Amino acid sequence: MTRQLRYFEALREAQAQLLATDPSTLVIGLGVPGPTGVFGTTKGLQEEFGKHRVFDTPSSENAMTGVALGTALMGRRPIVVHMRVDFAVLSMEPLVNQAAKWHYMYGGKLKAPLTVRMIIGRGWGQGPQHSQSLQAWFAHVPGLKVVMPTTPHDAKGMLIAAVRDDAPVIVMEHRWLYNIAGPVPEAPYEVPLDQATIVRRGRDVTLAATSYMCLESLKAADMLSRIGIEAEVIDLRAVAPLDVATLTESVGRTGHFVVSDTGQESYGVGAEALALVAQHAFGALRAPPRRVGLPHIPTPTTPALADLYYPLARDIAVAALTTLGSDRELPPDDSDPRRWKDVPDPSFKGPY
Amino acid sequence: MPDNSRLDLYRQMLRIRLVEERIGDLYAEQQMRCPTHLCIGQEAPPVGVSAHLRRDDLVFSGHRSHGHYLAKGGDLRAMLAELYGRATGCAGGKGGSQHLIDLECGFMGSAPILASTISVGVGAAWAAQLDGLDRVVVVYFGDGATEEGAFHEALNFAGTHKLPVVFVCENNLYSVHSALDVRQPDRPIHALAPAHGLQGVYGDGNDVDVVYDLAAEAVARARKGDGPTLIEFATYRWREHCGPNGDLELNYRSAEEFAAWQARDPVNTYRQRLTATGMLSAPAETAMAKTIAGELDAAVAFAKSSPFPAPEALARFVYPDPADRR
Ligand SMILES: Cc1ncc(C[n+]2csc(CCOP(=O)(O)OP(=O)(O)O)c2C)c(N)n1
Ligand SMILES: [Mg+2]
Repeated sequence: MTRQLRYFEALREAQAQLLATDPSTLVIGLGVPGPTGVFGTTKGLQEEFGKHRVFDTPSSENAMTGVALGTALMGRRPIVVHMRVDFAVLSMEPLVNQAAKWHYMYGGKLKAPLTVRMIIGRGWGQGPQHSQSLQAWFAHVPGLKVVMPTTPHDAKGMLIAAVRDDAPVIVMEHRWLYNIAGPVPEAPYEVPLDQATIVRRGRDVTLAATSYMCLESLKAADMLSRIGIEAEVIDLRAVAPLDVATLTESVGRTGHFVVSDTGQESYGVGAEALALVAQHAFGALRAPPRRVGLPHIPTPTTPALADLYYPLARDIAVAALTTLGSDRELPPDDSDPRRWKDVPDPSFKGPY
Repeated sequence: MPDNSRLDLYRQMLRIRLVEERIGDLYAEQQMRCPTHLCIGQEAPPVGVSAHLRRDDLVFSGHRSHGHYLAKGGDLRAMLAELYGRATGCAGGKGGSQHLIDLECGFMGSAPILASTISVGVGAAWAAQLDGLDRVVVVYFGDGATEEGAFHEALNFAGTHKLPVVFVCENNLYSVHSALDVRQPDRPIHALAPAHGLQGVYGDGNDVDVVYDLAAEAVARARKGDGPTLIEFATYRWREHCGPNGDLELNYRSAEEFAAWQARDPVNTYRQRLTATGMLSAPAETAMAKTIAGELDAAVAFAKSSPFPAPEALARFVYPDPADRR
């Protein structure tokens, strides 16, 4: 059997192998060398690779991103780590105005091979300022690549590919994926930064999704299968650029499309995916496509409202039935004994 | 300072301590489902500072805000209900521990994005100046927040315009698990103040008498229109960065360091001082603790028995209701 690693271990291994094989790799961020090592993803790296390549930063997201960019222009391959996407918001200037554009605006003379890891929080009252899912912001900016690996395999392969890529790449990691295990080859490998992957085959409807919503889409496909509907599930993996070929090929076969994203539904990745499918596979669509995402509301902290806020597999399945124009009834809710759905698994005891 | 004022400083520190300890005990029940940063060990700065504030003075804070809220007069019941995610919480359950607010007493809000409320507080101080009020604004933050650009930008503006604001930095030597010396050069934080045209002062943040005296001057300066002050208080966090437990097993700080700071417990040392001078007797102290415990029991019961917000609350307040337009 292939070796199994959890998502956070796969990320750690990717960084350890990059540090070991490429002396230009740096890993920086607040808490990177600390005892908990950014939820285990950077634990022990400083001991192994030294204080000059793996280091703690002040909480100065703005300047430190510029600093990382400066090292990247000088041939380093820095990985900047943010415990929450929300903190990376303080680094929008150096990312959006600078890193994204230095290759273009100087006529190709400079490269900025910067990788920024951003963790999307969720649950246990992470609330309005610790759980945003802002991939669409970064995807909107020409010059930035944005990926959202879902599996441990892709977490490792995409992080390695991101660091080796000469463009600035944003890697968005969902906290609820961190403890999930999956097969991960030991030797370093790359997963392309621009390709979606079909994770379940089906003929009736295409369910495309980003990151954690992929797992919910797989559950939705199970529900649908129990009432005789076979859904195809696509893990988008790459958000910018989006893999339009895989989407249109699938929709060409199923004729029905639902896209789910961890972020806000409006102006989001789902909107872009729908637009692309409408443009490129309009003829194949047999009904209006649907998107599933967060409502246009900040994240509430109380679990009583957060549970209503986050869409689940059932919402995706309902969207599929809607686009299919089907009046079949979904099986009753799987018995979920949890009082609140604000933890990824029962072992999680808060606060993070 | 009159005896009863000092007794009140003690009572307030004890109250914050007991509230935080109770939250720590109850957290394991997993009903307060939000990130919670306890201020045990850091009770003196908010108490000594708030002693000089009027009800219409304003306070802003960051993630570790329970003490700031309570010392300014924030409603304990509404705070606990907020932690329990209830409709009766000070933010209706939408904010949790990281977003306390109580406008009745001038606690304008807390937000956990480092340094973010510093500039917002400066804006409130500017408004007070524009309005010709003698209102003072206090902004609390940690040593980590002083590393953000927004901190420096806000100080620059406040210094330029001599705004009525007191910046209170609670330097507890750590930002999560990262020690100060890997994050900042070897210079005191309060030394940043003169560079921005502010008064900068430093004191023992575990001695509420020291806090009281430094704050007296800073608040008076601000109120007179003589400009802002940055006060750096040396203090120390006892529990883990976020959550109810200790964290010495993580080894980012030594047991010796921890013990040395525990010996300087702001609550206990003040109790001893007041007892030695005869201001506080053991029975009076016991009675005080008992009253606070009673208040706490009632507040916890209130929070736990309060309803959760109704589903309609989810979409409410994304935008102000035009019907409420001023
Ligand atoms: C902009 C931003 N970056 C990082 C964080 C994560 N974070 C939350 S609290 C904290 C520690 C801040 O230390 P300090 O300001 O000294 O306050 P303390 O926790 O010691 O009271 C950090 C880094 C954050 N909330 N906001
Ligand atoms: Mg600190």
